[in-house]
Amino acid sequence: MSQNTRPTVLIPIAPGTNRNQELADAFQAAGAEPRQVPLSALREGDASITDHQLLALPGGFSYGDSLGAGRLLGLDLRSWMADQLQHALDREMPIIGICNGFQALVHAGLLPGGDADAALTDNARGRFECRWVHLAPQSTGSVWTNDLNEQLWCPVAHGEGRFVAGDADLLESNNQVAFRYAEADGSPAGGTYPFNPNGSKGDVAGVVDPSGLVLGMMPHPEDHVRIHQNPHWKRRGATASSAGIGGCLALFESGVAAVVG
Amino acid sequence: MDSVQDVAVVLGPGRAPVGPEAPAGKAALFGIAADRIVEYRLVHLRGRLDDGQIESLAQNLLVDRVGQWWMRREEHLPPTRLGRAAVVETGLRPGVTDREGAELVRSAREQGLDLESATIGRRWFIYGPLRPDQIETIANRVLHNEVIERWALDELAPAHTDPSAEAPATGHIPVAGLGRDELAAISTNRRLGLSADEMVAIRDWFEASNREPTDAELETLAQTWSEHCSHKTFRAYITTDDGHEIDGLLKTFLRGATDKIDVDWIESAFVDNAGIVHFDETHDLALKAETHNHPSALEPFGGANTGVGGVVRDILGVSAKPIAITDVLCFGPQDLDPAELPDGVLHPRRIRSGVIAGIGDYGNKIGVPTVAGAIIHDPSYTTTPLVFAGCIGLLPRGSNPTDAKAGDAIVVLGGRVGRDGVGGATFSSQSMNTSTADVAGSAVQIGDPVVEKGLIDVVLEAREQGLYTAITDCGAGGLSSAVGEMAEVLGATVDLALVPRKYPGLAPWETWLSEAQERMVVATDQPEELLALARRWQVEATTIGRFTGDGHLVVVDGDEIVVDLPTSFLHDGRPRLYLDATMAKTDRPQRVETAELDGNAALKALLAHPSIRSNEAVVRTFDHEVQGGTVVRPYDGINGDGPADGTVVVPQGTVSPVPAVTNDEVATPIRGVAIGIGSAILVGRLDPEAMAWAAVDEAIRNAVVAGADPDRISLLDNFAWGSPNDPVALGGLVAACQGCHDAALAHRAPFVSGKDSLFNEFVDADGQRDPVTPTLIITAVGIVPNIKSIPAVGLMEAGNDVWLIGPDAGALGGSYFDETMGGDHGGPPPQPDASAADRHRGVHAAIAAGIVQSAHDISDGGLATAAAEWAYAGRLGMTLAVAEHHSTDVLFGEGPGRYLVEIAPGHTDALLELLPDARRIGWTTEEQRLRIGTTLDLSLDEIGAAFNPVPGDDEDDERANL
Repeated sequence: MSQNTRPTVLIPIAPGTNRNQELADAFQAAGAEPRQVPLSALREGDASITDHQLLALPGGFSYGDSLGAGRLLGLDLRSWMADQLQHALDREMPIIGICNGFQALVHAGLLPGGDADAALTDNARGRFECRWVHLAPQSTGSVWTNDLNEQLWCPVAHGEGRFVAGDADLLESNNQVAFRYAEADGSPAGGTYPFNPNGSKGDVAGVVDPSGLVLGMMPHPEDHVRIHQNPHWKRRGATASSAGIGGCLALFESGVAAVVG
Repeated sequence: MDSVQDVAVVLGPGRAPVGPEAPAGKAALFGIAADRIVEYRLVHLRGRLDDGQIESLAQNLLVDRVGQWWMRREEHLPPTRLGRAAVVETGLRPGVTDREGAELVRSAREQGLDLESATIGRRWFIYGPLRPDQIETIANRVLHNEVIERWALDELAPAHTDPSAEAPATGHIPVAGLGRDELAAISTNRRLGLSADEMVAIRDWFEASNREPTDAELETLAQTWSEHCSHKTFRAYITTDDGHEIDGLLKTFLRGATDKIDVDWIESAFVDNAGIVHFDETHDLALKAETHNHPSALEPFGGANTGVGGVVRDILGVSAKPIAITDVLCFGPQDLDPAELPDGVLHPRRIRSGVIAGIGDYGNKIGVPTVAGAIIHDPSYTTTPLVFAGCIGLLPRGSNPTDAKAGDAIVVLGGRVGRDGVGGATFSSQSMNTSTADVAGSAVQIGDPVVEKGLIDVVLEAREQGLYTAITDCGAGGLSSAVGEMAEVLGATVDLALVPRKYPGLAPWETWLSEAQERMVVATDQPEELLALARRWQVEATTIGRFTGDGHLVVVDGDEIVVDLPTSFLHDGRPRLYLDATMAKTDRPQRVETAELDGNAALKALLAHPSIRSNEAVVRTFDHEVQGGTVVRPYDGINGDGPADGTVVVPQGTVSPVPAVTNDEVATPIRGVAIGIGSAILVGRLDPEAMAWAAVDEAIRNAVVAGADPDRISLLDNFAWGSPNDPVALGGLVAACQGCHDAALAHRAPFVSGKDSLFNEFVDADGQRDPVTPTLIITAVGIVPNIKSIPAVGLMEAGNDVWLIGPDAGALGGSYFDETMGGDHGGPPPQPDASAADRHRGVHAAIAAGIVQSAHDISDGGLATAAAEWAYAGRLGMTLAVAEHHSTDVLFGEGPGRYLVEIAPGHTDALLELLPDARRIGWTTEEQRLRIGTTLDLSLDEIGAAFNPVPGDDEDDERANL
């Protein structure tokens, strides 16, 4: 793909955002052109969501997670950014929120969206948890997960990631669960720590909105797009063909493919 | 709504964790049986808000739609069905950083609500048939820390700051004509930490200038001349009782070794905020490790929190991007009987949980991986816990500007000035006693990592755009030391009236001295562009003065002159310290074994020792993955629960973001940074010089196992010692510095930076001094030429050979074996061994040749302990036969330059070519047992039960969400 046909992905940076660089690197590797922009520039009109083909909200601690993780960034999304966002959604722009970005999308009401309600709250064990988790993609018809056939393996790093649905059945029947925490062999984690690291009901690690355009997930696929990031890349059996297992590049490539057609 | 009113609302649901580290569990430590302690968040609002607006504020800003609720405090009462309950409220003291409160005000105003101020506290329901004094004990010892918080029964008055507070004027402190005793009394009363000699020098200077010092001048001198800022002990002239004269420990031993080693890959050592060494052709690494002991003893969360913040700013202070954080933590016994706690000392369990939460909170929130560290437990750390925080940064070569010019503006970036953090440097340079917590509270702060994250973004972009000519951080001493240091040559004028403050009422000297965190000071000839950049990143930036070129530091507050000192006096006026040291005898008694060796029992005891057993649960509360470059993790191996010797990061930005999908595509070597940490406090009790050798060796070993080239290892030193005025303690320090020097030369590993922390002692109510165990922490940072050849953590494959590099036996003096067997049984500690350097190089050569599948260094607990950890990490067994007689010193002795490596049978010749003295001592097995001769036979389950009893579980949840 030549440089000038790369779709641009907007990566807004709020005070306290981090992992924006990894997210940019992942999209770069997936064939997109990342643009990291401080929130203030969006607010002052120096840049706009609608000037881009994708929107990606990174992890971190926006506004220090004051008043709850992602709450104040969520407030930005549904106040002064609301019009831009609506335009973007009307144009079917794929949107991804990872970790803090997911939390913000939930606070903004974009996820789970539709009639469903949900919250991301304190981990069941009451503390921050950083560890690698296995993710089983679910069939949702989302532009982000359509092409994922294999498990993903990537780290979580959060203190408030326990997914609680207002109506779990509604999410299931709407086919909105995008990823579930799993054991290494792909079987459901069944709520068991550490496979399900935060006690999320139904092992839910990520959800999409009813349109499938908006994906939110707590784990960090952007931290596993290169082979050497894989903790087992040199262990026995990590041959050229199998060592890539669990790599998450395909997720970003799916989103990018959706806008290049 | 016309009038301002106060409203308090409570947020639920409450949290009522169980277990020994939950509040109820901690109350049990004090013999108080609370049935249940439930914590709610309490929000104090002050503003012009009607009921509908309060409702809207709460719904929009305070609670989730699912699973959370709010109510007014007056409606929030303990339900009677759970029995009797007392209500306690806790909250921050006025002036302590309260980011949540500030964000709430900002957001509410954006929504058009007239909210004047907000503070966030906690409301606790304590259930159970408890007496009032027991409730008081719980409130005092479990629920709050008086250094930064207050508490009240039922209802706590909100800590809104008073917008009309009057600022005190600058005062003068008469010193002319005073004698030594009177001068010393001034120093004591103001807690200046200045000696009588230093006060005399100050008196003489002001007498010659025909005026009296202002309070700000005296405080500025005290900060600048403090142990913390001027390292006067390490620069002192020392005379030892065995006839040696030492013209400065730093110059003679640490910098002295670096000068003699004389390598071309050091850009700078022992100047600026951090050492700088080459990483690759175009990038450098900035290295620094700091101590933050005193604050952590008083307010563990805030102390550790700001400790991390401070060392990260040191890295930013040489224009580098922070890429890794390290932490070495020393605590007292977690099961200490509270009855044995001296007055004014927090329980070690509380210190530990607070420190761990504080480290994680800061590193996690600024997006820098916390990748390496250690936790050491020892009774001597009960009254003087130690917190060492380190940081590594990356910068393009030559990109740190250091050429401020006369006329350049002085711009302060970041957090506002408050009363917290006043006097941090002088406080950190004195002993602590039972009343330190009361009088030094203002020296302790809470960090605000979000502001520091903004500083990182602004500084790195400003560096790229060339928007500043010099930079330093505001650490201890605040603006006084930051501007003072930068103005050392040029001189500067600063107007305090321009300095942004959190609240009114600060005296000029407080504004000048406040250490409040998250501030950088830069010199710039493009202030407008810099200020615009800062606005873009939502970081406050203000021009507060300029560099003059006249060699005077002049501080005004509007029209009033607050400080006017020549920088020559400020920086060179301190009289040199002369100290006497007594060199302790290190003769050791013959070793006497008291009991028949039970290998299995001894190994299990070692694996369960609090300084050896798994810290995985702690490490998992630290984000060690952020920046995406961590390739050897602190807990790694097949199940992610095996302890790594060293850890490795690939600095973000040094590899292109094009992904390598398969193993074979990692064709181009990728460089990494390996971090190893060494310490040997048990050895240090017997022989401080041997401790230095042992710590240097361990740090290097750890880095080598992680793939570092031993010819590209830099060292950082951190000393935590008692009072240097005690000649014996100083003698130990001299010996340790001598050991550092000699070991550095032997290994050809130069020191590039360091930090000493002295006066780590606690003086109890009877005047008894309790000094810390002399503690030396060595951090080794090495370059990994190609991460592809790094050995795995944990055994890789059954049927491989296990080789021992280094001597069969180690020393038992100062060993963890003796520690677990009830104490010293005599015998020498590990002796200096310069030949270990050859083994480091041989092991690295084998690693670089790609024949080492996995490796583990032999350190605390000796060979058997290393083998057990190694097998556990890979979930494979091992059968070893080390020597004909599996004696205690073979299995459990400790010593320099010893490694275990796993090699495929076909690589024997290749290994022996590189390490001719290596000995094959066994093989790896599918069966999950560790067998060593006939002495030791344990299953991996038994090993795991001792080493990692409740995988992933730990108790450190205190205030994780502060």
